[in-house]
Amino acid sequence: MTKETLIPKIGVVTDIRKDTPDVKTFRVVGTDGKKLFQHMPGQCAMVSIPGVGECMFSITSSPTNEEYMEFSIKKCGCVTEVIHALEVGAQITVRGPYGKNFPVEEDFKGKDLLFIAGGIGLAPLRSVINYVRHYRSNYGKVVIVYGARSKDDLVDIEEIQTEWMNEPNMEVYLTIDRPQEGWDGHVGFVPAYVKELGLDPNMTAVLCGPPIMIKFTLAGLLELGFEKSRVYTTLELRMKCGVGKCGRCNVGDKFVCKDGPVFRMTELDELPDEY
Amino acid sequence: MFKIAKERLNELYAKINGQMGLFIPVKKAGEVNYEVWREGKEVSLETLKTVKSPKNMFFPQTENMMKFKTEGKNLEIIDVRGEKRPFVLFGVKACDYKAIEVLDKVFLADPVDTYYQSRRNATTIVTLACSKPEESCFCSVFGIDATAPQGDVTTWLDGENLYWQANTEKGETLTALVKDLFAEGGEAEVEAQQTATKTIIDSLPFANLDLSKFKPENLNELFNAAEWQEMSEACLGCGTCTFVCPTCQCFDIRDFKTNEGVIRYRCWDSCMYSDFTLMAHGNSRTTQMQRFRQRFMHKLVYYPSQNDGLYSCVGCGRCVNKCPQRLNIVKVIKTLGGKDND
Amino acid sequence: MKDVELKMLERAKALLESGEVARVIGWKKGDFCYDPSPASFETVEELNGFVYDWFCGANLSKYLIEMSKKEGKTAVFLKPCDTYSFNQLVKEHRIKRENVHVIAVECLAKLDIEKIKAKGVSMVTGVEVIGKEVKVTTAYGEETLKKPEVILTKCETCQKTHQVKDEEIILHDRPERDVDRFAEVAKLEAMTADERFAFWREQLSKCIRCNACRNVCPACSCVKCVFDNPASGIAAKANDDKFEEQLFHIIRAFHVAGRCTDCGECSRVCPQNIPLHLLNRKFIKDIDGLYGEYQAGETADGKTPLTSYAEADAEPNDVMKGEAK
Repeated sequence: MTKETLIPKIGVVTDIRKDTPDVKTFRVVGTDGKKLFQHMPGQCAMVSIPGVGECMFSITSSPTNEEYMEFSIKKCGCVTEVIHALEVGAQITVRGPYGKNFPVEEDFKGKDLLFIAGGIGLAPLRSVINYVRHYRSNYGKVVIVYGARSKDDLVDIEEIQTEWMNEPNMEVYLTIDRPQEGWDGHVGFVPAYVKELGLDPNMTAVLCGPPIMIKFTLAGLLELGFEKSRVYTTLELRMKCGVGKCGRCNVGDKFVCKDGPVFRMTELDELPDEY
Repeated sequence: MFKIAKERLNELYAKINGQMGLFIPVKKAGEVNYEVWREGKEVSLETLKTVKSPKNMFFPQTENMMKFKTEGKNLEIIDVRGEKRPFVLFGVKACDYKAIEVLDKVFLADPVDTYYQSRRNATTIVTLACSKPEESCFCSVFGIDATAPQGDVTTWLDGENLYWQANTEKGETLTALVKDLFAEGGEAEVEAQQTATKTIIDSLPFANLDLSKFKPENLNELFNAAEWQEMSEACLGCGTCTFVCPTCQCFDIRDFKTNEGVIRYRCWDSCMYSDFTLMAHGNSRTTQMQRFRQRFMHKLVYYPSQNDGLYSCVGCGRCVNKCPQRLNIVKVIKTLGGKDND
Repeated sequence: MKDVELKMLERAKALLESGEVARVIGWKKGDFCYDPSPASFETVEELNGFVYDWFCGANLSKYLIEMSKKEGKTAVFLKPCDTYSFNQLVKEHRIKRENVHVIAVECLAKLDIEKIKAKGVSMVTGVEVIGKEVKVTTAYGEETLKKPEVILTKCETCQKTHQVKDEEIILHDRPERDVDRFAEVAKLEAMTADERFAFWREQLSKCIRCNACRNVCPACSCVKCVFDNPASGIAAKANDDKFEEQLFHIIRAFHVAGRCTDCGECSRVCPQNIPLHLLNRKFIKDIDGLYGEYQAGETADGKTPLTSYAEADAEPNDVMKGEAK
């Protein structure tokens, strides 16, 4: 972390990929062409367009990528709208990394892992999944269940289909909300699909997606016999500083930016219901 | 211990001001707030509660942080801070001094907030003991002794003199600068004043507030208390309580476009404001009850839970005096704090 | 005052017991004798905390915006000045009139605890008002103050009478008063531009951006205030002592011009005691001069000077230069 925690670094956008109608993935390096800073899967960074605003995004790329960082960003507010209008070569500011990462070096090691994502919720999980792929022998079986509104809303579909689906000991299940021409895969919501798949409850699970998806998926997992202490998620609330000082992203006595964004479900159970 | 006659205080201010900056309670348009001292300004040390606390000396209500310049596609970040000139913060009451300790735990915790730190390091704090606490004061509930505030220098004021005692190295350095204005003595007067003031403090109406219920283990029970609805009913959602509070520390970071580039500044924010937690895809606190609850839970439960039980209220009573609709932390403590409040 | 309170309590009880209303809006006791808060009472038991005393200065009208949307009728106690705000809010379709039962209550001016404390009187435990005197009991003994010196600023020039009532509780006559509410405005007008600028600059530089004036103001009933627009490029909470940054108050005065009833809540709630009501009063005085005397909130219908046009309307510029009317 930089000594001046609120003063960002300058990042250069070197590649922009349009993933879905409203999600783009931005590749960013420093002005020296090198990676801006190291991070761990699940950590976030504050990205800003000076004059427009600063927002927290999870770092989508894996830490094992030594060349650059990537952010998959959905267009949904005034800052992301401007970010989406950027062109390759544009300079932005980045500071971080912030928050606690997924326990990839601790609790996840040697375990079978289940990743469940909805829509843009894949962004923080992509970092973990690719980290796990890089250190494949450290982990057991990997199952990925990913759903979106339509086939066009599946983020990173190319990487999923060409790389993840061909990875040994890794199963990928895709689903979309409603039937669509050109889609012969599964149709239905993520929570229902998770129950249908009859997954092994001894896996360690990671959930990310809209709150409503998390709520119903979690209920489904518990029915299947999963233990809450082995289910993780990542939260998002309004943040400004990223270091637990500006006082706005707390849930009870925990700051999402500092004590999160990664939480075990058992930790969330102890917190008041205000997220 | 040293002393200086009250009528010579202007000489003391002038002397300090010659060496470094001096911030002191000054009356302007009828109200007393900390300001930069200048010859001719109306200093009011006697004022028990300045409207704003001295926190904005370290954590200004608005502060420019950096500037962005764009040339073509190239972006440049300029740190706009200058060297912080040393200054003396004069007349800080015991509650407000304790509040600085509360703020330190936020801003000086890792990673250090260097904006706050540079101001803090540049400051010598001269505290002033209280001699006429009033009914809205309840600092003793938080273990604060209003008759013996900490600080680099502690002072006491009576009808005749200001009494002066250095406590730290910074305090000694300041004392050396102004010592030729002082005479020795004052111990007996100070002790007499302390005894008299303590009697008043013990008899204050809020002296025995019961905080026993505000413990981290009661977090969820307190959060879910039905009483929040009624307690917050009249809340206007204004920021008076937060902006007069010496420990409220929430801030916003914003950008401002100027002809010479973009200025990124931070400013005080209030958890009472409806857009405090608003983000593009929703708001985690949509009702005034939730926002009201957040403020008091933060002070009485969340902050202590993160800081070894230290409350983020110092009993200064500003919210008691200033809330437009007379809601305040005392009413919350009485409602939820413990059975001895009944 | 105690007799009025008892009568009010009696009516509140009866209205709740009979089911005529679902709730009563009034004031509840605080920790001291001088800090009642606005409150709603839904049961007879809750009325234990009910109070109506010399410190019930808050204007309850604005609460009715939300309360009148609720299920069942809401009874509210309104002082004379509060009824103007009520009417104005009905006129602007903010309050559902049919859901409100207005009980007009007497007001012989309200006291300002800050003014009492400023007289050096602290640890106040009780007050009694006898004619033009206020007997203050404190932990240190008794003090007698002159009532006109310790009433709320908004009460100093008030000559208002109830403009709306479904019933009334008035037990004492209010003495006739002959006061000129524009005297302070006239003083400001008599200043040179530089003096006036200096006056407002000094006053407004105290502003801490708490928005209490706006949030309490019954005329500020916008669901989303223009100053809260994140896309506006400004942050109203960021204070800057450059004068243009303090235009907040002047813009607000423009926004409420012609609708401000002069209830004076803005000045009552200001933690820095900025005399904000004088900005509004200047507008009222000018509107009176330009379009004939008009009091916002006198009725809940009818035309208003700034929202209606007549060919004979004065040209503001000419009037300011003294060339017309």
